[in-house]
Amino acid sequence: MVVVSASKSPVVAAESLTKKYKDFAAVDGISFEIAQGESFGFLGPNGAGKSTTMRMVGAVSTRTSGSLSVVGLDPNNYGPEIRSQLGVVPQADNLDTELKVRDNLIVYGRYFGLSRSYLGPKADELLEFAQLKEKAKERIDDLSGGMKRRLTIARALINDPRILLLDEPTTGLDPQARHILWDRLFRLKEQGTTLILTTHYMDEAEQLCDRLVVIDKGKIMAEGSPAALIRKYSTREVLELRFGSEHNAAAAKKVEGLGERIEVLPDRVLIYSDNGEATLQKVTETGLNPITSLVRRSSLEDVFLRLTGRSLIE
Amino acid sequence: MTALDSRQTPKVSRPFLLPSLYAGNARSVMQRGVLATASTNWLIVVSGFFEPVFYLLAMGIGLGSFIGTVELPGGQPVPYAAYIAPALLAVAAMNGAIFDSTWNVFFKMNFGKLYDGMLATSLGPFDVALGEIMLALARGFVYACGFMIVMQVLGLNLSWMAILALPSVLLIAFAFASFGMGITSYMKTFQQMDWINFIMLPMFLLSATFFPITVYPTALQWVIQAMPLWHGVELIRGFTTGAIDAATPWHVLYFAVMIVLGMTLTTRRLKALFLK
Repeated sequence: MVVVSASKSPVVAAESLTKKYKDFAAVDGISFEIAQGESFGFLGPNGAGKSTTMRMVGAVSTRTSGSLSVVGLDPNNYGPEIRSQLGVVPQADNLDTELKVRDNLIVYGRYFGLSRSYLGPKADELLEFAQLKEKAKERIDDLSGGMKRRLTIARALINDPRILLLDEPTTGLDPQARHILWDRLFRLKEQGTTLILTTHYMDEAEQLCDRLVVIDKGKIMAEGSPAALIRKYSTREVLELRFGSEHNAAAAKKVEGLGERIEVLPDRVLIYSDNGEATLQKVTETGLNPITSLVRRSSLEDVFLRLTGRSLIE
Repeated sequence: MTALDSRQTPKVSRPFLLPSLYAGNARSVMQRGVLATASTNWLIVVSGFFEPVFYLLAMGIGLGSFIGTVELPGGQPVPYAAYIAPALLAVAAMNGAIFDSTWNVFFKMNFGKLYDGMLATSLGPFDVALGEIMLALARGFVYACGFMIVMQVLGLNLSWMAILALPSVLLIAFAFASFGMGITSYMKTFQQMDWINFIMLPMFLLSATFFPITVYPTALQWVIQAMPLWHGVELIRGFTTGAIDAATPWHVLYFAVMIVLGMTLTTRRLKALFLK
């Protein structure tokens, strides 16, 4: 990983960045800075303003107000120049289905004005990286979801971007495909590519992000490293109790005062505590008999629940 | 993978015209179209060449044998086949340009999400519009050359000026393509796309293609003369029959204005749709 010195100017800097559609503020005055080589995440539920922010950073959406600088340039005036240094992995794959796998990379590189002599070896190198070498001559429609995603990432790397923008990179993939993808992204991070990603998967954010912001209703709720956020907004452990959907609320009343904080969800009761086992002991001492109980480490999901008051995966 | 310090950042030229909307790389969009056409739908492309040829054989040679000659606006009589052949050439230019810039663009916008991908690169909306239109032009030009050869073989080019019909075809196709793409950007459903045919068919049949517009009442003549195809037919017919007149520069001007308006519309629409 690249250690970022404080003197280095950020590759992305936003100040009171706002995007309004008529009266609705999709992004409502957010400020953040992303350093060269950093892996930065936007975490939030659907409709929080993550994708809109990504589109503004990607210089394909103009801001309503505030200031934004990407690789030192203003996207309003330098769209093509900024985009030439970005790699974009959109939420939905938009590969060119009329072209073969390898041609997708070559043609995309041509859009950046790169020469054919440069693109030939580069495309082969990226196919290798994406583990798609054998598929070079295949049609796009014949690839699996995970392969399409890897090809989309390979395509985003054709111009050796300084920043890679990934909008929910693993949504809809099976666990194995996700892990292959994470591994590839981690390698890029090691090579010093700045990664900016949105996700609503906690494990993904913990795996990939050096730093992240939790964003909800267009506003930044919290900022920090995954570990720091968990320390700040949650306890060390969480005790999850299920009493059956009918009884959760009543049971929650009885355990009030146990742990640092209690969260009642429709299907379970969460008790935040630094020692989950000890708290569970106290719960059974009150005479309650949960159907299932689970002690686990705190995760970003708990941070999210605390900050927004609702479950992430709805 | 390339290491951080050896990264080669793509060069973006910053054109004087439309900076931030144009990266001077429409060529790459056109090349993509050629490659895609070559690998998927080249048969459709070939079929496009035969359509006007069949019309020419059926109407010009077949029907023409009963009709004999037709008088040009200037008064010279020409064989019927030589009368409709330049009109069919203009129609072919129009149809090729419209097909490429409406249906093709409609699919790419609404289903293929192709332009989202393109506009995430250093390309600007003007590059995309110009590249797609140049593809339509290239195709129209190939058709036109083929049709001109057929006309020459059948002896329907009555003047050496007929060679000027080829650049005219480009002009007409450019105008239709730039407008077609702009209009298509408003279309969301197949039903709306059918409206394009609803306008094209009467324009094809009534714009002095198969008979002079003097058969209409004056008011209707004005309507036809306001339509772009009539200008295209008259322009090309002037060259292939050698009967150019004072109206020829006005036809050229008509299309020049149409191109400027069409390109402005299309670039604005692409910007509104994809860089919102």
